[in-house]
Amino acid sequence: MRYEAPETIEGAVKLLAGGGPRGRVLAGGTDLLVQLRASMIAPELVVDIKRIDETREIREEGGRLVIGAAVTGAELGEHAAAKAMWPGVVESAELIGSTQIQGRASLAGNLCNASPAADTVPALVAAAAQCRIAGPGGVRRLPVEEVCTGPGQLSLDDGEFVVAFEFPERPPHSADAYLRFIPRTEMDIAVVGAGVSLSFDDSGRCAAARVALGAVAPTVILVEEAGRALVGTECDDAALQNMAAAASAACRPIDDKRGTVEYRTKVAGVLATRAAKIAAQRAKGAR
Amino acid sequence: MAATSNGKANGATRWIGTRPVRPDGVDKVTGRARFGADVHLPNMLVGKVLRSPHAHARIRSIDASAALALPGVKTVITRDDFNDLSSEFVPAGEMLVNYRDVVRNVMAREKALFEGHPVAAVAAVSEKVAREALALIDVDYEVLPHVLDVVDAMAPDAPLLHEDMITAGVEPAPTKPSNIAKVVEFKLGDVAEGFAEADIVIEREFSTQPVHQGYIEPHSCIANYSEDGQAELWCTTQGHFVVRGHCAKLLGMDVSKLRVTASEIGGGFGGKTVVYLEPVALMLSRKSGQPVKMTMSREEVFRASGPAAGTRVWVKIGMTNEGRITAGEAVLKYQAGAFQGSPVQPGCMCAFAPYDLDHVKVVGYDVLVNRPKVAAYRAPGAPQSEFAVESVVDELAKRIGMDPVELRLKNAAKQGTKAAYGPTFGPVGLVETLEEAKAHEHYRAPLKQGQGRGVASGFWFNIGGETCATLNLGEDGTIALVAGTPDIGGSRASLCLQAAETLGVDVERIRPLIGDTSTLGYTFLTGGSRTAFASGMAVVEAGKDMIRQLCERAAKVWDIPVDAVEWADGEARPAGSNAGEFDPLSLADLARLAGKTGGPFVGRAQINAQGAGPSFGTHIVDVDVDRETGRVTIERYTVIQDAGTAVHPSYVEGQLQGGAVQGIGWALNEEYIYDDKGRLQNPGFLDYRIPVCSDVPMIDTVIVEVPNPTHPYGVRGVGETPIVPPMAAIANAVEDALGMRFMDLPMSPPRVLKALEDARIAEAA
Ligand SMILES: Cc1cc2nc3c(=O)[nH]c(=O)nc-3n(C[C@H](O)[C@H](O)[C@H](O)COP(=O)(O)OP(=O)(O)OC[C@H]3O[C@@H](n4cnc5c(N)ncnc54)[C@H](O)[C@@H]3O)c2cc1C
Repeated sequence: MRYEAPETIEGAVKLLAGGGPRGRVLAGGTDLLVQLRASMIAPELVVDIKRIDETREIREEGGRLVIGAAVTGAELGEHAAAKAMWPGVVESAELIGSTQIQGRASLAGNLCNASPAADTVPALVAAAAQCRIAGPGGVRRLPVEEVCTGPGQLSLDDGEFVVAFEFPERPPHSADAYLRFIPRTEMDIAVVGAGVSLSFDDSGRCAAARVALGAVAPTVILVEEAGRALVGTECDDAALQNMAAAASAACRPIDDKRGTVEYRTKVAGVLATRAAKIAAQRAKGAR
Repeated sequence: MAATSNGKANGATRWIGTRPVRPDGVDKVTGRARFGADVHLPNMLVGKVLRSPHAHARIRSIDASAALALPGVKTVITRDDFNDLSSEFVPAGEMLVNYRDVVRNVMAREKALFEGHPVAAVAAVSEKVAREALALIDVDYEVLPHVLDVVDAMAPDAPLLHEDMITAGVEPAPTKPSNIAKVVEFKLGDVAEGFAEADIVIEREFSTQPVHQGYIEPHSCIANYSEDGQAELWCTTQGHFVVRGHCAKLLGMDVSKLRVTASEIGGGFGGKTVVYLEPVALMLSRKSGQPVKMTMSREEVFRASGPAAGTRVWVKIGMTNEGRITAGEAVLKYQAGAFQGSPVQPGCMCAFAPYDLDHVKVVGYDVLVNRPKVAAYRAPGAPQSEFAVESVVDELAKRIGMDPVELRLKNAAKQGTKAAYGPTFGPVGLVETLEEAKAHEHYRAPLKQGQGRGVASGFWFNIGGETCATLNLGEDGTIALVAGTPDIGGSRASLCLQAAETLGVDVERIRPLIGDTSTLGYTFLTGGSRTAFASGMAVVEAGKDMIRQLCERAAKVWDIPVDAVEWADGEARPAGSNAGEFDPLSLADLARLAGKTGGPFVGRAQINAQGAGPSFGTHIVDVDVDRETGRVTIERYTVIQDAGTAVHPSYVEGQLQGGAVQGIGWALNEEYIYDDKGRLQNPGFLDYRIPVCSDVPMIDTVIVEVPNPTHPYGVRGVGETPIVPPMAAIANAVEDALGMRFMDLPMSPPRVLKALEDARIAEAA
């Protein structure tokens, strides 16, 4: 196994494109190293992207937040502007693992590990974040929800990797929230995750809503019906109930050791409701 | 550092009841302590086990030739390397083991009886080569139907684990084999008569899941067999003398030729009272001529060691309208795993032990299933049966509107109570724990909307047994204390305190050591909450032995009769008519003079400790239930338990807290998940959910002290009782919160939510 740590995007692309299917990107390594040790993967080339500045920065570009692919949960949690703009995304990243894991785990790693239960992905999808992807053909952008195509499967081509996440501009009276259900209080994998992002107009009506669910389908799903159930309402109980019903209806979970179909379906609606309430509360507090 | 105890029986002791820093603490905190996997020897090989992928299969043949041909592989062993042993039961902890089964459990013979059952083992130059070798061993299996559930296993058409198993304890003996190894029965009075006196009779059926002991340190050992037939074994165990006995038997060795050293131990809870890797490592070392180290992965620990028995328990209790319990009856069906020997007998004996009853009948079934052979787990057998009884008692209290603590007080076992399992209790502290519970601020604190509170009591016998200890006096007056019971819960500190108290010396002057099997006489394992009690008794005896020698020596120095010398406050003093005649001789003085006055001082004791006092406890718990997700949150928890005398109160509190937390896991989340082929789906701590710190509140403790009259300082075992009450206490609290009683464990979020949904649907209809 060869380890490389290029300092430029171009350098990384070159290595990855030349490495063939057995090349792997390394960010924090909290998934990759575990899989290596368990002999689940045996890459020939590992390309560490942490020396590339663009992957390590949190920046504002014209009122839009950009978070580098390899920024860790701990770094994100201490970034005041990121927290103010996208509290739901930040809280989802901070939920990952423990203090030790927080010093390593990244958003891109969480997304590209392609687990349907990844905690940050519903929050990123609800936030309408886009991936900035570099590859042999240059840079392209892809909505987060289009990156994973199934458990362990990505729509990235050979030689491509995620450089950063770009977030949309944030109108006033907007906020997001993320909640997950785990049987324990930490060190567990989401049985259901729900990310909700809301914007309200000056009169207090919901102007835009995105609801995304994790661990209830082969990939994280954006539930457009659930969002629509809130738009135009004041997110009152009736609207929330409709939203929860739409969220539950969109679930296509499996029965496994972590939860039953019945349980996941029901709890998806519950968590979406609770996350929406938190987001609404935050949005009202935020000017 | 010493502070006085909060629960000390009286002020007459100087060291008992204080809280010095544990002697093993620094090395554990710095990582210097050596656990099972921390020893390396020159030329060491790595041993690995090939395990059955099938829950039940006949082993037609095993071909290891390809593995043996792999460079770096030194040897392979299979069933053919072990001699078969005939049926012979010997004690191991609070349970019995049968050598015919032990040899089959460490290496499958005719059949693989559970997924994870060892079928071969390899010793190779590296872990990597050993793994590759395992993949090259060709085992021809005939896969057989399997059975996992205790009730299914009792069905007449169930697949048989042992085709020749005839149920013991039934008259006349059955003619057909079954998976029921044994039926036991305990009776007191006549339950029919008792139920006739009752105004209310409630009967319910409960189930509990197998749970793993969950020790953080996996099984690990290193064996070094030499050319002259002697061997050394270093391993993580609760009882190295027991390991020596089992290994010597399986390898056909004299026990004197096998020296076993117990490493520091990272938890055991009963699960390290049996052998798994040790005989295999010895056999690999014998065949390869090199030291062999073996360490289980966590996955192997789950697939092939532990657990506690999963059970089905039916309970029926009768009571008068005034709250007097008139009769108790129970039927217990316990999973034994792949070989007989579940703790159903202690389960039966403990079921009604907290109550002073005239009429009791308990029947227990020991049932084989295609799971790992169960091992002891804190109070083996008791948590399951007492969960059922304490749940029904709670329901009875609700039925007549009586406070559940009051109901227990009305019926509590006390000194003079004849227990259904035979003995009459001496001084016991159940009433005291109940009185403490009633008076405790927790019991009266207001609950928040939607929360519930539950209480339950629990009982465990505790044991004594064969025990040796030595005190070696150094030339500067300090002491090396040698005990034979591995320290899994702070017992070295407790033994030092008892020695310090006996000798009247500063506890800091005593340094403890767990001696290997060649340094002491046979000493039974750490289990049955016996160590602070039995090794404590031995240490006190050894202290007295040394005092006798010290007084003799002082008498010689002073040239007065020995009965004119007394030992007080760590020094020999002339007494009686000689009082004040000579300056006292301290321990250090006498140590210094030893060479000139007759030689070294060694205090010894070899005892068979009798009269372990049982311990009772009562737990109070508050829960919050999330009605939309089914999550049960433990909001507040108080453990009240009789410790006899709390030698080192911090470690008593630690035992009470640890037991409660393990009980919380058992109650709420822990379970084994199998697929339809009998393969375990959650062999790791990610999906086998023992509680993490943030899952539980600080567990409050109250130590009650009703001294055990048979121990010089009144000690009772405390380590096991605290895992008995939590399941019922929590189920009772959930019932209080929801008006819904859970009789099946665990009360995991999906189960609780389903029950709530079903109730909503039923209400709507
Ligand atoms: C103890 C523990 C607890 C955990 N708890 C949680 C939890 O609570 N919630 C949760 O969701 N996860 C959890 N995880 C999983 C893991 O920590 C997260 O998924 C984390 O975000 C992964 O990030 P990383 O930077 O470490 O990824 P890495 O391990 O470096 O990479 C993960 C995968 O993504 C690929 N990859 C990484 N970066 C890129 C990129 N820029 N472009 C393309 N591909 C890339 C890698 O090739 C690899 O396949 C836990 C893991 C551990 C060990």
